[in-house]
Amino acid sequence: MIPASEFKWILPEIILTGWALVLLLIGGFSKGALSSRISGILCLVGSFSALFCTLNLWGVNIDIFNKLYTIDDYGTFLKVVFLIVLTLVTIISFRYTEREGIASGEYYSLLMFGVLGMMVMVSSHHFITIFIGLEVMSLSIYILCGLLRNNVKSVEASLKYFLLGAFATAFLLYGIALIYGSTGILDLVELKRYLLTKQPFAVTMFLAGIGLLIVGFGFKIASVPFHMWTPDVYQGAPTSITAYMATGVKAAAFGALVRVFYTALLPFICGWSTILWVIAVLTMCIGNITALVQRDVKRLLAYSSIAHAGYILVAFITGDREFTSSILFYLLVYTFMNIGAFTVVIMLGRNGEENTDIDSYAGLGVRRPFIALCMSIFLLSLAGIPPLAGFAGKFYVISAAVKSQYYWLAVIAVLNSVVAAYYYLRIITNMYFKEPIRELGVIDDAPQYGFVMLVCVWALFHMGIFPRMFILLAQQATRIFL
Amino acid sequence: MIGIDIGFKWFIFVVTALLATGSSLMMVTRKNPIHSALWLIVTFFSIAIIYVLLNATFIAVAQVMVYAGAIMMLVLFVIMLIHLEWGKAQPAPKYSFPKLMGGLITVMFFLQVLAGIMAYTNIGKKDTYTPEMLASMGNTQAIGTLLYGKYVFAFEIASILLLVGIIGAVVLAKKIKD
Repeated sequence: MIPASEFKWILPEIILTGWALVLLLIGGFSKGALSSRISGILCLVGSFSALFCTLNLWGVNIDIFNKLYTIDDYGTFLKVVFLIVLTLVTIISFRYTEREGIASGEYYSLLMFGVLGMMVMVSSHHFITIFIGLEVMSLSIYILCGLLRNNVKSVEASLKYFLLGAFATAFLLYGIALIYGSTGILDLVELKRYLLTKQPFAVTMFLAGIGLLIVGFGFKIASVPFHMWTPDVYQGAPTSITAYMATGVKAAAFGALVRVFYTALLPFICGWSTILWVIAVLTMCIGNITALVQRDVKRLLAYSSIAHAGYILVAFITGDREFTSSILFYLLVYTFMNIGAFTVVIMLGRNGEENTDIDSYAGLGVRRPFIALCMSIFLLSLAGIPPLAGFAGKFYVISAAVKSQYYWLAVIAVLNSVVAAYYYLRIITNMYFKEPIRELGVIDDAPQYGFVMLVCVWALFHMGIFPRMFILLAQQATRIFL
Repeated sequence: MIGIDIGFKWFIFVVTALLATGSSLMMVTRKNPIHSALWLIVTFFSIAIIYVLLNATFIAVAQVMVYAGAIMMLVLFVIMLIHLEWGKAQPAPKYSFPKLMGGLITVMFFLQVLAGIMAYTNIGKKDTYTPEMLASMGNTQAIGTLLYGKYVFAFEIASILLLVGIIGAVVLAKKIKD
């Protein structure tokens, strides 16, 4: 039996579910601008209350529901990241859903269900819960991608992501099944204990299971060679959803990946780190090199997100549990840079017209110096220029590789970030040093966008100049792996 | 299923496994969607027989009723309602580089899985649910106890998964207003 008192530990999840259901009802009973605004505000209230409850869970380490669910600092840290993503995306969606005519009740409730899935996925060491959480998240996002139903690209993105995602899910499930078949265990902690006593590494079935797990997670984090969907889906999806996917889904997938591999499969690191070494190098190189020739800013950011997955993998494959904190720190930093950059992309678009080609940014520095300045800060942070937080994130990731004596990997990562600087700087030079090629439309001004940009800029400077506090928090969060 | 000679069981398993694999291959290679759907029913039935061999009678019945019955009915309805004009589609080239590569990788992968299964030694732990125990307590009760007892949290989250699926179907299929 499950004692009722255990439900107090999943209060954030319950709040999110409840608010999502309320939003659905509101969307069903009323339409129009007013109801859209009310749904947005309610979604914001819901995510703030969930954030408050999650912050209260800091420092609690407990297994609940027959060990199907776990509350620990690692999960709580990532939950806070997801709720920050939810809050920021909700704020930019106020205007965006109205502009693009997206049904707002369903939109906000699916955003919340998606975050619920992410939260379930990262705070469990049971394969069943991880898998179901991943599916809740993925299904919400397949739908969110296709919400611009008059736009062929959006529908294409949704279908493409759904088909490939379902395929990747099958791989993940097959991997879990093979691991279960060869050990009879679904619980990660038990699995670790089992692996330490017996040596199933010689069993081919177990190895095949690990390989398939890498394929399944590799798809979700958009690593090469499972990255083909990323540019099309990121380009076609509504831009607010692109921001949500690039930050939330990536953080959730990395969260689950790190938990599965560091909790259970760490004794076996020499086996999988070689595979992931190759994947990390390919991900960085192909992501960055392909980004060089992109002329569409959304596609460019998609390739840059592939490259960033590569940087995070660099810290991941060192397998040094003391440096796991650098992964969490990077994910947190990455959230702010990306949401900021996508906010600017949204501001330049209009209903039906996205204006995402790089020429639309020409002359922005003269016309709208504030927006251009913010965009430059986000791009410089993505490129990893000090004193911005992107630099601190890359610094910790690469120093993890150096300290674990993965020298070649560190060299490749640094060379890649040099290449990356080229395409980020190209947008900046376009904004400041080029005359506008054609007449540009009005920029979609709304105070909400300005607010989100200011929050992101502040966060990037704060985490770039004083990263210590956040690193300490991340270190406390990853202490569970020690 | 206790009491049946192990050799006979092995024979049934091989036949149904081959039938399941063959019919699923037929399902993905048919041009006519109705034929694909019918082959899928054969697959579902063969898998139901494999469940029976594994002493999972409840799952077997559920498989026949839910998958081969209800879900296939829906699939056939959808095929008829959206009225796919098959045959008019551009014929894809018979052999192309991606196709050959994909085929090669798939074959290699399945050979590896086969090698893995052939080399299988049961190193896993034995669970409490032995065939004798299942026979005494009943299959349905065992599943119910697990599903609503130990795994109730996963069960609840799965209900949200289904809800999200329903929302998606409604949102994406409803009429576009202009």
